[in-house]
Amino acid sequence: MELVTPALGLLFWQVVTFLVVLFLLSKFAWKPIMGALREREESIDSALTMAEKAKLEMQSLKADNERLLNEARAERERILKEATDAANHLVESARAKASEEGARMVEQARLSIENEKKAALTEVKNLAATLSIDIAEKLIRRELQDEQAQRALVQSYLQDAQLS
Amino acid sequence: MKKILVFLLSVLTFSAQAAESAEGGEFSPGEMITHHIGDDYVWEFAHGVVLPLPVILYGENGLDIFSSSNFYDEHGGLRPYKGYVAEHGHIYYANEEGEPRMVQGEDGELKAVGPMDFSITKNVASMFLSVILLFAVFLTIAGRYKKTRGRAPYGVQSFFEPIIIFIRDEIGKANIGPKYERYMPYLLTIFFFIWFNNLLGLMPGGANLTGNIAVTLVLALLTLLITVFSGNKSYWGHIFATPGVPRWLAPIMIPVELIGILTKPFSLMVRLFANITAGHIIILSLFSLIFIFKSVAIGPVSVAFATFMNFLELFVALLQAYIFTLLSAMYFGGAVEEHEHHDEAHAH
Repeated sequence: MELVTPALGLLFWQVVTFLVVLFLLSKFAWKPIMGALREREESIDSALTMAEKAKLEMQSLKADNERLLNEARAERERILKEATDAANHLVESARAKASEEGARMVEQARLSIENEKKAALTEVKNLAATLSIDIAEKLIRRELQDEQAQRALVQSYLQDAQLS
Repeated sequence: MKKILVFLLSVLTFSAQAAESAEGGEFSPGEMITHHIGDDYVWEFAHGVVLPLPVILYGENGLDIFSSSNFYDEHGGLRPYKGYVAEHGHIYYANEEGEPRMVQGEDGELKAVGPMDFSITKNVASMFLSVILLFAVFLTIAGRYKKTRGRAPYGVQSFFEPIIIFIRDEIGKANIGPKYERYMPYLLTIFFFIWFNNLLGLMPGGANLTGNIAVTLVLALLTLLITVFSGNKSYWGHIFATPGVPRWLAPIMIPVELIGILTKPFSLMVRLFANITAGHIIILSLFSLIFIFKSVAIGPVSVAFATFMNFLELFVALLQAYIFTLLSAMYFGGAVEEHEHHDEAHAH
């Protein structure tokens, strides 16, 4: 019976001590310990979440880079093609222009040659006429140096005139 | 190795036997065990190494505080002091002959009467020691947490951290639910209080504090009070109008449920008390065998068994602290739980 009869003194001290321990440990031990544990767990948790997010971000960044690279590649293709086209066009038009110019120049040359030829022919004709006149003059002069010849000539003219 | 062990055990038992026989008189195991698991006004660490403790009395002479060594004469015998006499772990008023004063009780039997006894007994002193230990350990740990915020634990901190987390997650969160945080200080305190005192009780010369009904009574009472005061509507609803039970059964159900409220902490009280006391009794009984048989041969056997029991008791010390905390958490959980399946209960 002795064993299961609570002693008053021990009851009293147990109540007082335990409540004091409960209060002091709650205030000065459990509160900071639980707080620190929760804080650490939260920080680990958030670090893991952030790592996961960073991984996803990296992946999307990589995909973005890939896309950008592809776009850039396509752009380069396009620009190159455009440049080639433009060059071709330029060469083509230059060629056309050159041939046209050539033709024009040839035509001009031909015209001027023609003109020159005409002028030259006229000059030649004039010269020939002058020369003929001169020759004829000289011939006539020489022929008509004597009376006889003059008479014969007049005679011939007259004859011609009579005939016509 | 084996030889050394046997030798050591024999020496130990020899010395124990020598000590006991020096005291003289017939050896009574029952008395010895009762004395060891009970309370005392002195703290006897080993034979002859005695620490007198303060005696605090309040009674017809007012408040009296003196050392318990006043009750003992030079030969270790008992003597009355200041009108008090100590006998069988109690202090009574002394009569003219220095014997406990007897008064006729209501039932006609003679009873020794004594003052109110608030002495710092062996158990109280042991509890104070455990409190100092608790403060030393957990204030140090708390300091560590403040110093190394968010860093990894080290030293004594890493030993206790998994235990604290276990109590929080497996006992608190698992049994109480989302409102567990409110109960954590109490759960942690009872766990470590019981565990530390269980271990201190296992020390040679240690007091049997957690095997004392007064201590377990207070702990169980606190659990009861917290349970009752945190009981919500659904908790009381289950007691006064148990769902799924016909109305006319209420006169039976309500007393049963009310008794249930009390039996839960009562079982807590008895479980801890009985487990720890039983462990002490077994170990002491095993040692008593040596003196009962008065044989050296039994010594090693006895010591081997007692060593085994001691290891078992180390485990029981932890287990009982765990069980007390776990059951307290379950009772709190029952008190704050929100029952949302009343209709389901009706359907069954």
